[in-house]
Amino acid sequence: MAQGRFLNFVSKEFKHILRDTRTLLIVLVMPVIQLLIFGFVISSEIKNADYAVLDYSHDYLSKQLVQRISSSGYFNLKGYLNSFKEIEKAFKNGDAKLVLVIGSHFDRKLQNNRYAEYQIITDASDPNTANILASYAQSIINSFTAEHHAAGQPRARVNIQSRMLYNEEMKSAFMFVPGTMVLILMLVTAMMTSISITREKELGTMEVLLISPLKPWQIVLGKVIPYIGIAFTNVTVIILMGITIFHLPIRGNLLLLVGVSSLFILLALSLGILISTLSSSQAVAMFMSMFALMLPTILLSGFIFPIENMPQLLQWLSLIMPPRWFLSALKTIMIKGQGLQYVLKEVLVMLLMTTIFIILSIKKFKVRLE
Amino acid sequence: MKRVIEVENLVKQFGNFTAVNNLTFSVAKGEIFGLLGANGAGKTTTIRMLCGLLLPTSGKITVAGYDAFTQPEQIRASIGYMSQKFSLYSDLTVWENIRFFGGIYGLWGRELKLRTSELVDEFKMNEFRDVMVESLPLGWRQRVSLAVSMVHKPPIIFLDEPTSGVDPIARRMFWETIHHISLQGTTVMVTTHYMDEAEYCHTLLIMVDGMIQALGKPDELKSKHAVESMNELFLSLARNSNANMM
Repeated sequence: MAQGRFLNFVSKEFKHILRDTRTLLIVLVMPVIQLLIFGFVISSEIKNADYAVLDYSHDYLSKQLVQRISSSGYFNLKGYLNSFKEIEKAFKNGDAKLVLVIGSHFDRKLQNNRYAEYQIITDASDPNTANILASYAQSIINSFTAEHHAAGQPRARVNIQSRMLYNEEMKSAFMFVPGTMVLILMLVTAMMTSISITREKELGTMEVLLISPLKPWQIVLGKVIPYIGIAFTNVTVIILMGITIFHLPIRGNLLLLVGVSSLFILLALSLGILISTLSSSQAVAMFMSMFALMLPTILLSGFIFPIENMPQLLQWLSLIMPPRWFLSALKTIMIKGQGLQYVLKEVLVMLLMTTIFIILSIKKFKVRLE
Repeated sequence: MKRVIEVENLVKQFGNFTAVNNLTFSVAKGEIFGLLGANGAGKTTTIRMLCGLLLPTSGKITVAGYDAFTQPEQIRASIGYMSQKFSLYSDLTVWENIRFFGGIYGLWGRELKLRTSELVDEFKMNEFRDVMVESLPLGWRQRVSLAVSMVHKPPIIFLDEPTSGVDPIARRMFWETIHHISLQGTTVMVTTHYMDEAEYCHTLLIMVDGMIQALGKPDELKSKHAVESMNELFLSLARNSNANMM
């Protein structure tokens, strides 16, 4: 009989979700769209950036260098400039994102083992792009000069070869697939549960439920179960899309991945329940979720901005952000393919946070009943 | 007559504010017991304590033979409650709302279906049974709420301002239903601030500032205070209380 009561409650909850087309769209379709947007719009790879050359040498090797850069796939030669003054014009007109200045006697200086001069100037109105372009150009020029420096008389020299381990092709999918997963789980589980619980409070149905023989924990669990189902659907869809559309390898143990995701879903749920006990209306719950969950998830979890580059204060703040730990565990498992012992710290922190949130929620829920 | 609700020296304080001050009364089986008072007089607080939603500061409450302090769960199982706020799911139909609340009171299968259609018949809601509650007029929604509160056949039902905002004709119909319920032996405790509705009650308790201002049958109260209508009675009581305060 007790199960009957509970099943009845859960089935009502499913009806609410299925009848509310907007909610259904938010929880099922939005993750797909978000992943596609992140996938195709936010891309840290740059291809075919326009560049221009101011060549004071016009000799054989300088032309070879320009050809090498143009054929790298990263750059597209817009043309040659005639004077230093034209550089700024090229940037202002938007003709070039990067200008390469090659000093005089490039060929002779290289052959004679002297320093050949060149300069890279970038349009840093978009600093990220400028940075990436400068380093692409730099590395092409480095390898070019190394080949032609004192050709014919090899010398002992330091040859630096960088390798981007775990993501050799620098695919941005490695960053945004786990990031989107965190964002979506936060949204679906924490925000939607907090809203759906406060809705009962706002409607007055919570009072009737509290008077019924249902125990408070049964009410909360009944409200939460459908969202657990939806959260797992989201995880599956995101991982499948990551593999098929964005060619993201899942290098680690799938079971561990599912386990860690479940833990995070539990964490997000307990946070959602806590928010619902603190807020009196759906609007407040929505507002709290937005500011307490979504912004930190995007800004402080290391999803888009590296935590290492943040001011110390924000780095400390990021320590108490649940998504930070999940994201770190996700990347370790999915991309580095490591086992449980390498995500143990993350798992323990998430367990601790879940426990704290649940204890706080229970306390708050009881206070409300008094 | 058998007493199904007994209240002795009931007090509820919120901080320094005393919302309910030393109430003592009892309700007999099958009675329509009206709790009257202006907004803020302590009616809802009293009902919430009787239902076990609120813990009293001191005093004694027995509902259906159970003690509110030690047996709140038994009390909850034997009462029906219709909240002051609208408390149905507007995205479920009339039928589904009744079924849902029947389900959480432990009815299921054939029994649940039977009870649901019984209530739909009894409240004459057949033509609305598959309509979403959100598209029903307020008077009808209140009928559904009442049906929902009776789904588990409780011996006592608590109605907290069931008719506020409802038009006079629907109010009249609603009270006929309440009368019908009480004839079947169900005890009804109802709060209202419509004085004309007080006439329909068997016993009245008029609260002012958390205290009992008058308690008795409507006719007795009217003759005792030498007034013609409930409205006059209420105004004279309110005047007295203001005079006392000054």
